[in-house]
Amino acid sequence: MKHTISVLVENKFGVLARISGLFSARGYNIDSLAVGETEDPSVSRMTIVVNAADERILEQIKKQLNKLIDVISVLDLTKKKHYDRELIMAKINFSKTLEPKISKITKRLPVKIIHRNKDSYVIEAVLDQEQAKDLMASLEEIGIKELARTGRIALEP
Amino acid sequence: MNGAQILIECLKREGVEVMFGYPGGQVLPIFDALYEAPFRFILTRHEQAAAHAADGYARATGKTGVCLATSGPGATNLVTGIATAYMDSIPMVAITGQVKTFLIGNDAFQEADVTGITRPITKHNYLVKDIKELATVIREAFHIANSGRPGPVVVDIPSDIQLAQADFVWPEKVEIRGYKPTLFGHPGQIKKAAKLIAQSKKPIIYAGGGVIISGAHEELIELAEKIKAPVTMTLLGLGAFPVDHDLSLGMLGMHGTAYANFAIMESDLIIAVGARFDDRVTGRVDSFAPGAKVIHIDIDPSSISKNIEVDIPIVGDAKNVLGQLLEEITGPADTGEWLKKVQMYKTRHPLSYKHTDNKIKPQYIIEQLNDLTKGEAIITTEVGQNQMWAAQWYKYIHPRTLISSGGLGTMGFGFPAAMGAKMGCPDKTVIDIAGDGSIQMNIQELATCVCNKINVKVVILNNFYLGMVRQWQELFYKKRYSHTCITGPDFVKLAEAYGAVGIRVTEIKEVRPALEKALAIDNTVFLDFHIEPEENVFPMVPAGEAINKMIGGLA
Repeated sequence: MKHTISVLVENKFGVLARISGLFSARGYNIDSLAVGETEDPSVSRMTIVVNAADERILEQIKKQLNKLIDVISVLDLTKKKHYDRELIMAKINFSKTLEPKISKITKRLPVKIIHRNKDSYVIEAVLDQEQAKDLMASLEEIGIKELARTGRIALEP
Repeated sequence: MNGAQILIECLKREGVEVMFGYPGGQVLPIFDALYEAPFRFILTRHEQAAAHAADGYARATGKTGVCLATSGPGATNLVTGIATAYMDSIPMVAITGQVKTFLIGNDAFQEADVTGITRPITKHNYLVKDIKELATVIREAFHIANSGRPGPVVVDIPSDIQLAQADFVWPEKVEIRGYKPTLFGHPGQIKKAAKLIAQSKKPIIYAGGGVIISGAHEELIELAEKIKAPVTMTLLGLGAFPVDHDLSLGMLGMHGTAYANFAIMESDLIIAVGARFDDRVTGRVDSFAPGAKVIHIDIDPSSISKNIEVDIPIVGDAKNVLGQLLEEITGPADTGEWLKKVQMYKTRHPLSYKHTDNKIKPQYIIEQLNDLTKGEAIITTEVGQNQMWAAQWYKYIHPRTLISSGGLGTMGFGFPAAMGAKMGCPDKTVIDIAGDGSIQMNIQELATCVCNKINVKVVILNNFYLGMVRQWQELFYKKRYSHTCITGPDFVKLAEAYGAVGIRVTEIKEVRPALEKALAIDNTVFLDFHIEPEENVFPMVPAGEAINKMIGGLA
């Protein structure tokens, strides 16, 4: 099962390596990891999406994260009320015949076309998990040339 | 002051008595400052030995061990020693030189990414890039190393930082917002644990190295006697509970006593204190102690419920938690029948070996050593058969008397660790129980011992094999002794060449006199005992089996 874990860490060099090293050393899988500064410049927030086979592994992940000296707090958002978003950018195929399909997507989902080439568009979208799944499925039909995703970030209300 | 002088001043204020290390290009300023240092510096003959010596010092005294090496190869040579300390939760601060800050990342001469290399084997590490941070970093390093679950901390200091000038400012307090170990158990959990103990008919206490680290041995004895429960120990727990106590079952696990393994498998309650249910202890996890509920006391939350399911987790320092528990428990539970049964196991399946008149048995040597030193010596071990025989046959009655690489299982550990222990406890007899394979891994430290008059004794159980691997080959690989037949030097001549004393023993009647002689000599002594070459360590639980499925040595 996938879990969204929000980790506040010291904003120091080497912290990302400590976190990623912990996951690789113990064989845990990271689905996505997004890092950025918080309202306090000495603190960064890492939003980590992990795929934990069972509760015990999830517990271990949280405990091992907490054990790192540079980790200030670990919060599992999965069972709490939270909002999560991801920024997706994609370069997709474009042609006259594809146009109706593309406009259908932009009507249904908050997707913006930010660049138009002769045979391709660049689009961007800030989406929650369900929308992201929906978008990806729709884009598959059109044809994706290149894809960039930020990974999930999340906050409690 | 320059950075190097600030470092030495910090070490002085941290109460450092001795430091082990080796010089090199990127630590020259530190060595220059060491010239006037108010504590001893022991020059080892290899950086690995410096780390193990600092570790041995820490295990013998409870204080933080300190070692120093130069950048690149100096630092990488410390790595095995740091990993050894990490696996066994030993407080250590390892200081390494680094190339100048502006050269970092340039593949400079003797450059290695030391914080990168040591990240997974340290509790924390630092690369000091600003002279103004140095004093704070050293203060934090010592605080982190020797609080909570102890462990090694590496401080990597570029040589230009060692030479940079700054005012010395000693931080009075250490505040690390991400590091606040839980020291006392949750009162609710303590109550639940006490209730479970009161209901238990077949309790067993399973004590690990955490009891020794936190100094909880007296509370442990009090608890065992109060609730009338037998006590078994891990390898690192030996010494936490006197093995001559009626309630002691000695060590459990792969080479533990049969009675300890039978008892824990049959227990209805395991009270784990400062132990982590290592695979060498549990054997096959899904058949480990099937009828037992588990109370797990540990300072490290991540140790709890890692390997086995726990009913009552209690996070806290073992000494504090046992104190809390003792206040909550009202009286002894009804464990009379249980103790009778455990006693029956003890009588029926004692540790044993076949004594012969013409061959020297390693167990016999250790028995004699125990008889001569009455459990008052500090024993260090290498890794392999020597380690297990030392664990089984020496009778540990005090904490911090067995110093052994349990987690990492590092050959070559015992001799330099003995040096460190002797530096920390000069009035104690310190003996390394070694094999002829392991001793050759740090044998160069004979020079350090002789030069600094560090009087340690090395008992070499010489079977001309890498004995433990040979034992596995005998039992599980059809006696195909692939590369386990090992030759060594003439240990007597070698010891003499270094200025130490060498004694060879080939006759059983010479064993005791040789030990007596060695203990009386005021010098480092190598005792080369030619033992029965194919003697095995029994009992033994084959890897992956339940721990009551022991082979060998069951009377």
